[in-house]
Amino acid sequence: MDALRVHIEGIGWWSPQWPDWTSAEQALRAGADLADAGAAKPPASLLAPGERRRAPDLVLLACEIAGQACAAAARPPGELPCVFASMRGDVATADAVCTTLASAPLEVSPTRFHNSVHNAPAGYWTVATGCRAASTALAAGVGSFAAGLLEAALETLAGRQPVLFAAYDSAAAGPLAEVVHAQASLGAAFVLNADPDERKRAVLRLRHEPTPVEIDPATHPVTAALPLLRALARGEAAELRLPYGTHSSLRVEVLA
Amino acid sequence: MPSRIPPLAITAYTATSALGRGRDAHAAALHARRSGLRANDFTREPLPCAIGRVDGVEAAALPPAQAGHDSRNNRLAWLGLGADGFLDAARACIERHGAGRVALVVGTSTASIGATEQAYRELDGGRFPAPLREPMLHTPHSLAAFLQAALGTRGPCLTVATACSSSAKIFAKAERLLRLGVADAAVLAGVDTLCGSVLFGFNALELVAPEPCRPFDAERRGLSIGEAAGFALLEREGAADAPRLLGYGESSDAYHMSTPHPEGLGARRALADALARAGVSPREVDYVNLHGTATPKNDAVEAAVIGEVFDASTRVSATKGWTGHTLGAAGILESVLTLLAMEHAFVPGCLNAVMPDPACSASFAFDNEPRAICVALSNSFGFGGNNCTLAFGRAH
Repeated sequence: MDALRVHIEGIGWWSPQWPDWTSAEQALRAGADLADAGAAKPPASLLAPGERRRAPDLVLLACEIAGQACAAAARPPGELPCVFASMRGDVATADAVCTTLASAPLEVSPTRFHNSVHNAPAGYWTVATGCRAASTALAAGVGSFAAGLLEAALETLAGRQPVLFAAYDSAAAGPLAEVVHAQASLGAAFVLNADPDERKRAVLRLRHEPTPVEIDPATHPVTAALPLLRALARGEAAELRLPYGTHSSLRVEVLA
Repeated sequence: MPSRIPPLAITAYTATSALGRGRDAHAAALHARRSGLRANDFTREPLPCAIGRVDGVEAAALPPAQAGHDSRNNRLAWLGLGADGFLDAARACIERHGAGRVALVVGTSTASIGATEQAYRELDGGRFPAPLREPMLHTPHSLAAFLQAALGTRGPCLTVATACSSSAKIFAKAERLLRLGVADAAVLAGVDTLCGSVLFGFNALELVAPEPCRPFDAERRGLSIGEAAGFALLEREGAADAPRLLGYGESSDAYHMSTPHPEGLGARRALADALARAGVSPREVDYVNLHGTATPKNDAVEAAVIGEVFDASTRVSATKGWTGHTLGAAGILESVLTLLAMEHAFVPGCLNAVMPDPACSASFAFDNEPRAICVALSNSFGFGGNNCTLAFGRAH
């Protein structure tokens, strides 16, 4: 196959230590490492106040980074098809639902149940932004970032339109969180486009390859994509491979 | 409006649901108007409702090499893979194209959450019991990870989890992977299983009927939850008589997490985009398999959209009276039922509707009807206002 060529128009980022891409970009350029620093909540100011109160942390994280990427790209968020990728989904909500199911199943909260679907962040996002375009929620283990990036690239190339991509996983507590290693809250988002205009910040060439990347499968999917984010922060050309599941990888060329 | 896309061949397909294993069991039940729904015998805590339970899931042990993936969902997947020779067809397809050129695109909403629920019932000092500590089992990707291990595909392998549109959207994802040259074939899988989360969750939302669901009945009282596994192989070329994927439309309601848009704006957009990609007009559509969950709101909105877009020459029905709402598997299960309707040249009229809702237009079929079907659609709408319409047809 030919490599898929897409442009990045805007980047969003949130982690407890770096609340936006500007601060992450500076830190990554300086060679800083990710640290698990505190339990701050993403502001997710795009959500209406009522929704923000109801929304689980994972939704706040996804909406925060998605909103940042759209703002950086100067794209109206309500017009972009969106691809949301998360390896574990909402562990905190699943923990609450499973705890109730184990003791008093008839008392499961209806709100918690609808928040438990993997596309809850995409649902809150499309309601908040008035987006009627396609929205997708996907998972692919430690390769969730690579799988989401590839899907968003395919959507932008197939439709010749800008597409929003967001990848995130949240820290949680409880027995499930322990088993799935839900230890860090961290998310990154891009607005991708097929055709370059003045918004273009970087060019990527993507190619799926059936060769694995050695990585601990418990790695946060955005941490697994850190080589790409570092290259973007430095604004340098780079060629790297991101893990795409157990058996394959996504070769990414960053063109200067 | 999207542009027309080249059709893709569906070179193998199968389904396993409460109606039985494989295409013949499904065609026979549709013809005989025999529902697969039964009184709930699944939950420990009594819940008076009907369910679409698959017999034999408990006994469908996974191959020893994949024992670490054990869950009800993966057992149903394994049971379903064996029907209609699908496993052999998938392996032959992988042989033909090379494992690295075959994608695996999976749709599920439950994944193996049933195993997670079990771990919470059996907590050992606040921790999961040792046999249930495999991390992948407790993530949305557990079904895809099992199927990739069982099949040996090495192309892109991803899980789409958009609630009840999950395994409809996998057709759209696979089409783009093929059209843009990332893969030469795709194994599509949709599997969801009964579990406490969905039965008690939908019950909490007051969407579960106390009796078997009655799509488009004037006095419908909600849905019946079911489980199913569906599979399809998508390739650029196929036999002349292999059905084709003609198009798809994906959209969002931008309205509410668990209630459809009152004017069905998202549903209309998905329908319009599917017709545009297929290059067909509403008049050319012979049959539409509806989402038709039998909740008062879903069916009212969908009936209004159908009444505005199609005239009586297009026949429409919902098949959830046979299978229940199989959630993340509904998209592919109902695609298989749609392909069976094409193959057997009949429309399976809505089952269990004693008194048809007067809001239903003249397109609605409430009894089975003989009908040559050249172009058919299947609607799937999910939580979060996530919609997908698929268009199927023949080679020419």
